[in-house]
Amino acid sequence: MKRVGGRLALLVLVVLLSVIFFLPTYQPVYQALPGWLKTVMPNKGITLGLDLQGGIHLVMEVDEDRAVEIAVDRSIVSLQDGFIDKKIPVESVTRTGPTQVTIQFQNAELKAQIQKTIDDYPIFSETETAGSVNRLVWELREAEAKRIKDSAINQALETIRNRIDQFGVAEPMVQRQGLKQIVVQLPGVKEPKRARDLIKETALLEFKMLDEDNQAKLDLPARIPKDREAEVLKQAEAKLPEGDQILFERGVDKDTGQEYRIPYLVKKRVMLTGDVLSDARVSIGQFNDPYVSITFDGKGGREFERITGDNIKKRMAVVLDNTIYSAPVIQDRITGGRAQITGTFSMQEANDLAIVLRAGALPAPLKIIQDLTVGPSLGKDSIEKGVQATLAAGALVVLFMIVYYRMSGVIADFALMLNLLCLMGALSALNATLTLPGIAGIVLTIGMGVDSNVLIFERIREELRLGKGVRLAVDGGYDKALLTIVDSHVTTLITGMALFLFGTGPIKGFAVTLCLGIGINLFTALIGTKVIFDLLNQRHKVTQLSI
Amino acid sequence: MLEILGKTSIDFMGKRRWAFLFSGVMVVLGMVALVQIARGSANLGIDFAGGTAVQLKFEQAVKIDEARKVLEANGLGNAELQEFGQENKLLIRLKASTTIEEKVADRVVAVFTKEFASNHFVVESSTEIGPTIGKKLQGDALIAIVISFVGIILYVAGRFEFRFGIAAALATFHDVLAVLGAFYILDKEITLLVVTALLTLAGYSMTDTVVVFDRIRENLRIRRRETEETIINNAINQVLSRTIVTSLTVVLVLIPLTIAGGEVLHDFSLALLWGVIFGTYSSVFVASPLLLFWPGASGRLLKRS
Repeated sequence: MKRVGGRLALLVLVVLLSVIFFLPTYQPVYQALPGWLKTVMPNKGITLGLDLQGGIHLVMEVDEDRAVEIAVDRSIVSLQDGFIDKKIPVESVTRTGPTQVTIQFQNAELKAQIQKTIDDYPIFSETETAGSVNRLVWELREAEAKRIKDSAINQALETIRNRIDQFGVAEPMVQRQGLKQIVVQLPGVKEPKRARDLIKETALLEFKMLDEDNQAKLDLPARIPKDREAEVLKQAEAKLPEGDQILFERGVDKDTGQEYRIPYLVKKRVMLTGDVLSDARVSIGQFNDPYVSITFDGKGGREFERITGDNIKKRMAVVLDNTIYSAPVIQDRITGGRAQITGTFSMQEANDLAIVLRAGALPAPLKIIQDLTVGPSLGKDSIEKGVQATLAAGALVVLFMIVYYRMSGVIADFALMLNLLCLMGALSALNATLTLPGIAGIVLTIGMGVDSNVLIFERIREELRLGKGVRLAVDGGYDKALLTIVDSHVTTLITGMALFLFGTGPIKGFAVTLCLGIGINLFTALIGTKVIFDLLNQRHKVTQLSI
Repeated sequence: MLEILGKTSIDFMGKRRWAFLFSGVMVVLGMVALVQIARGSANLGIDFAGGTAVQLKFEQAVKIDEARKVLEANGLGNAELQEFGQENKLLIRLKASTTIEEKVADRVVAVFTKEFASNHFVVESSTEIGPTIGKKLQGDALIAIVISFVGIILYVAGRFEFRFGIAAALATFHDVLAVLGAFYILDKEITLLVVTALLTLAGYSMTDTVVVFDRIRENLRIRRRETEETIINNAINQVLSRTIVTSLTVVLVLIPLTIAGGEVLHDFSLALLWGVIFGTYSSVFVASPLLLFWPGASGRLLKRS
């Protein structure tokens, strides 16, 4: 018979390591440990998957084409400003395709002057397709479009990270996946809808002037119910002045609680955007209504002062993502670089608005392509049921083994416990994420764990029937079952690997527990139980094996 | 020594015609299910097909007919409803006919908030999956299936003889198709978890087959006089009790998981449970008789070593 000592030591070592690695997962005991011990011990254990602790898992795609369009639109605004500053009378500057800008002008002699202005924008190149002496067509360079697309996703990542940081989530994950996808995981979030809105909002803040002179001509309705915007837009379409658009202010009737919309005729030209903000905070007004007070940076403050000075007694709209929040009359030149965004919102909405304004706008709208939200109650429910099922399954198997194999069954049950302990230890050591299918994987491991022992015990029985002595029968049983056990484990391992490589989320969790479980099974079945049999044989002269 | 079975001498090979008939029917069913999946007309889960699933937990019981009527009245008539009896839980599923931009989940919640104002509920979970993700998952699942099957065939072929590998793989195919067919007939949803279960059972059912094949190989090496049929029969009889006991232990853990593991794991455990039963049957009645169809290189079952 082989020596037992080495294998016994290995067994004890593995058990110790498992316990040490598992401890951080079981907080009540871990917290009670003395401080110096905690510093030398691993401090991270198994984390619970979103399906077990509740939370959101979002996969989003940045609308890249839209990002390019938005960038072109912004260039157009500053081009227009440039023409006004240089007093070049162009008729219109419009985007006539995703990346195409067309400039119309009356006087053909202006052409050279206009071309010179656009030379300051090397991101555009002139095309030959104008077809008229009064028109110039410029196209965004391809390399430039690619750069905008590339930076759009990075900018979106950065912005989302900022917003989530300020929202306050324990262990958020924000990651780029593939070329243009962003994955956000927020475990344990209590208000999933709020968090989702906060992430998804483009939050493009713009200041635009109302076109009060023309508003009367359109005879727009004073107030319309929610969801009737399309009709108003359709009616006004034909009479809409060049360079104007209709935007709606959102409001809530204080008496009935009904949401309504107020249409306004607004000049398309953007006076100022949220880029120039340095801060945004929630304040409380005199009627206990929350508003957001914003602070401009130096350049923005000067700009804001100039704009307000030029437009005294006119109305300016505060527009966020194409919805008007308020349209106050400018009473006086506003110095000091501060402004207020008022509107009908709750404290929480005001808070979220301040967060998105501080974090900045997204470069383009996001498209949510996958959204998994699990409420905290379901997660708790799942854990409870999972634990119950595991206990029931464990008890059934343990009982069965003892009834069927007697003393040897007890040894197999010991191996089973060892199996579970090692599996938990290994999962902790890898800081694995435990998912609901992962729990199923653990339960399955319990069932398969005793299989190896069954194969060995049946072999030993066979050897005993042939009349061999206990020691020989045990050795023979292990030797002969070895190859069968290895073969059967490897086939399951192959599928486990395939699942791990191509599975996502919860499936990966299952694959990890399954693969680890199989490996640990081999160890406990071939070394763990054998050591005990050998020990028994060494200490006592066993003539009758209880199997 | 407690034994489920004493020494048996059942003529398994003699019953192979009946077994093949039964298995043939199951395999055809599975094939039909596969074709239907490929055509997109099977009951694919939203993780593959794209769509929305919302699970609500009410304070008081909700009649499923009423819930359906309410959804229909609000333009969500294509919803599939499923209730989890005692706990007042309702699962609402909508396949990908709508785009995710609409936030179908929010609409469903709004409808129930309005129509069941007196019956409070919490949103236990909501899932929305865009069609692109579904397509990618389908592709990934297919790759995982192909890789694991090729891997298993190669391994078994390497450890045994090539045709043992083929027979084992065919038997495994049979198990997976049988469970798939059963799911199809019962119109159960084929979700990512069910596919995971199918793959796992592919690995597991091989375990049983390997045990039987091991013994067949061993006996073929020792006994030369008897017919192949007798040798295989004896081998199966010799390992019969361990085949049953190993499956039994797994069945013992899967039963609590199926009954009490919660709704998420129910179908997953059920697929595994059926798979283990089919797997045990197939290692005796499918994999082993398949060996008889294909005599070894020199007309014998095994090359002389």
